[in-house]
Amino acid sequence: MLDAAMVREFTDLLSENGVITDEVGLRSYECDGLTGFRQVPALVVLPRDAQEVAGAVRLCAKYGMPFVARGAGTGLSGGAMPVADGVVISLQKLRRILEIDVENRRAVLEPGVYNLEISKAAAPYGLYYAPDPSSQQVCTIGGNVAENSGGAHCLKYGFTTNHVLEMEVVLADGSVVTLGGPTGEQAGPDLRGLFIGSEGTLGVCTKVTVRLLQTPETVRTVLADFPSIEAAGDTVGDIVDAAIVPAAVEMMDSLAMEASEAATGAGLTVDSPAALIIELDGPGDEVEAEFEHLTAICERHGATRLHVPTEAEERQKVWKGRKAAFAAVGRISPDYIVQDGVVPRTRLAEVLTRIAEMGRDADLRVANVFHAGDGNLHPLVLYSEAAGEHDAAEKLSTDIAELCVELGGSLSGEHGIGTDKACSMPAMFSEDDLGVMHRVRLAFDPDSRCNPGKLFPTPRLCGERPGKYAPHPLEEAGVIERL
Amino acid sequence: MTSHPTTGPSPDFSSERGEKPAPERADVLGGDFGSFDDHRPPAQELLDDCVHCGFCLPTCPTYALWGEEMDSPRGRIYLMEMAEKGEIPLEGAFTTHIDRCLGCMACVTACPSGVQYDRLLEATRPQIERHVPRSRADRLFREAIFALFPYKRRLRAASIGGALYQKLRPKSMDKVMAKLPSRLAAMESLLPPVRVREAFARIPARTPAIGPRRGRVGLLTGCVQDVFFHPVNEATVRVLAAEGWDVIAPREQTCCGALGLHAGREPEAVERAKKLIATFERAEVDTIATNVAGCGSSMKEYGELLADDPAWAERAQAFAAKVRDISEVVDETLADPRARRHPIEATVVYHDACHLGHAQKIRSEPRRVLRAIPGVELVELPEAELCCGSAGIYNMLQPEAAGDLGRRKAGNIRGTGADVLVTANPGCLLQIRKYLEGELPMLHPIQLVDASIRGVRPPEMG
Repeated sequence: MLDAAMVREFTDLLSENGVITDEVGLRSYECDGLTGFRQVPALVVLPRDAQEVAGAVRLCAKYGMPFVARGAGTGLSGGAMPVADGVVISLQKLRRILEIDVENRRAVLEPGVYNLEISKAAAPYGLYYAPDPSSQQVCTIGGNVAENSGGAHCLKYGFTTNHVLEMEVVLADGSVVTLGGPTGEQAGPDLRGLFIGSEGTLGVCTKVTVRLLQTPETVRTVLADFPSIEAAGDTVGDIVDAAIVPAAVEMMDSLAMEASEAATGAGLTVDSPAALIIELDGPGDEVEAEFEHLTAICERHGATRLHVPTEAEERQKVWKGRKAAFAAVGRISPDYIVQDGVVPRTRLAEVLTRIAEMGRDADLRVANVFHAGDGNLHPLVLYSEAAGEHDAAEKLSTDIAELCVELGGSLSGEHGIGTDKACSMPAMFSEDDLGVMHRVRLAFDPDSRCNPGKLFPTPRLCGERPGKYAPHPLEEAGVIERL
Repeated sequence: MTSHPTTGPSPDFSSERGEKPAPERADVLGGDFGSFDDHRPPAQELLDDCVHCGFCLPTCPTYALWGEEMDSPRGRIYLMEMAEKGEIPLEGAFTTHIDRCLGCMACVTACPSGVQYDRLLEATRPQIERHVPRSRADRLFREAIFALFPYKRRLRAASIGGALYQKLRPKSMDKVMAKLPSRLAAMESLLPPVRVREAFARIPARTPAIGPRRGRVGLLTGCVQDVFFHPVNEATVRVLAAEGWDVIAPREQTCCGALGLHAGREPEAVERAKKLIATFERAEVDTIATNVAGCGSSMKEYGELLADDPAWAERAQAFAAKVRDISEVVDETLADPRARRHPIEATVVYHDACHLGHAQKIRSEPRRVLRAIPGVELVELPEAELCCGSAGIYNMLQPEAAGDLGRRKAGNIRGTGADVLVTANPGCLLQIRKYLEGELPMLHPIQLVDASIRGVRPPEMG
């Protein structure tokens, strides 16, 4: 039962409108973009500024409540799934762009600012924010920091961590600290780097200073169809060997293109086995010379079509076809899981063949969309909840992530570990590794109240099979509780 | 930025509708629709389309204002699912959050999965109207709106002297109204002063084409449009005639039912639709044109609205297939224009009415029509996809949220520095005027086209 005195304190701090206690409201926060994992929180609070966030965290500390910071709730690893009897701190009212510092090419942002809004606000000055997750129109910079988000253009420009200079962070006890600094180079251990990608387990970010880049002089994009996944994979290898550093190299298979084309009409060839979207940017002469080289490489590998959009609008259309792909899969399957793993680029063809086999064995379809340039895969496991395929899909998805580790890669490229893959962490890290991570976490959050149950495997979580919550028979009998 | 999905599969409303007098609660009956009754509940397949990705969030006006999950499209769909499973009742929080939806359909534009939120909402609102008792004040206020707006004659009467609402309300409502200052104030401040001559002017029943005939267009003259924006109808008739259309404006035409339909008053909307279909069948026209985004959107949906009625389904579909927004009609003539356009030197900002842009996906047509006027420089609006807060009767029912959105839209319009604002919906014009009164002229796009053809200065532009 909720402590009435506690609720009153939250209401005094945040006003009636900033505290959600009704069942319907609470339930609408029970999951993020990964709907297979659900947990109704005890309370949802919506602070309006950094001070209120700190106040809310202090109240959580006072009452010993665990809490989960939440941005737009678009995450795909269950990172923002609430904790039972815990508080959700929504940062969706902190959406101000505090400063665009044109001279120093920096922007100071509240955590709830949508990723794309940063580039929109910087555009009049010829600047933009480089990391571009496919969900950039809706995902927030706070969430990007928590997940160290990537995006198509991170191949050349790096991930969120390469673009965040400074952060204001509220720690679990409610104290406010600054990590990093406005110039990027700081003495001592890189606590900024430690925080980025910590998935909300170290504190709540309330202010972010990011680097802005100059909009490239020239951008050239090609959409190339290939007769096979292997041909497309080999093309990527040759491009890298030719010392060309594209801004982006994205691959889609035919199933992903079918879905995306239905949603966007972007001009993808639906029956092509594979396609690459390759983009070069930089000074005009350099781009033109490399582009010629690039198209020659594509042709050498038997590209069946090279579509080179000339207008910016046309180029955006191609990108829309890529970026809407995840959500568009909803058109060809009632339910699906987006997986996120990394393999060494040289093993792309191998991993795709293995995934196809595993899909056949599980009798499930798998669509593939991925950042081919850096080996970051996004297999989409299609299933039907209604047909009872959830568990099989969840297992296939987990197996794919662990296959990536087996091939010398990583469990996650950019979506995070969250709830979804916490139990796979031992596949990648030794007990010592995990022990060190845990001690680091305790240094920030001694009571483990910041987003507990995420990122790190826990006996409670991993004793059960990961998947949709189903009450244990002993729970149903009222003998044990899920804490 | 967002995707513009192609039209999804054809609607799949449950067709088990019998001729039963009053639907009962399905949970009472032990039906499969949870808290909904069995008369066209939100279809499970449509609910399943939502994958909870959140791409709809930034363009949802209430989410933009409050950032709360329950007041977002995916949140509302989540609530519909809970109600459909019978986990939550319709009364209470569910109704509150559905009532707060503007029905702007920006989420339909933004959705990559092709969720048909428009159909979900149109299936949900009548359920609320049937099952959730409104407070007395709320009920009377809604009744007052629907006793006034769909009736030209009453609107005309009310428009005289600007004492619009006072004249109509029954004495018994004085006390009730005293408790509703914000809503009443919202209603009154929205209605512009009207020249009595204009309010009572009539569009001729038949206006012949000038020059070689392209065909015969039936014109919906509308309710609010005809009384408060009569010059827009006049301009529409002149442009159509100048472009070679015979214009038929049946005298007996009544409200198309859009306001009621979008508020969940299904039975009323059905009756109005039938009446209008019959009227335009008698007029024997090739095309039915409207210059009101909201009306066009609902008339294009008559086929779905009457799908279960064997006597009307086919007639409704035939009617809907003929409906065009005025910008579509004029756009089609641009390849072979009959009337010369004179230059209008002006920077024009075009505001996409939600029921035109999001609901009918008509965005490029009005822009092409405007660009065809020499001298016009068209500028785009930041946050163009965000509703201005008008949303049918929303600005009267939810004045605070509508006010916040109106001010936001006004700020964006001001920022463009345009000479004139044009938009194709009287609701938007009334709403935006409230926040930009006197700052710049506001017109329907057809008024610019008309002025260009006639070689005169557009109204309000000196």
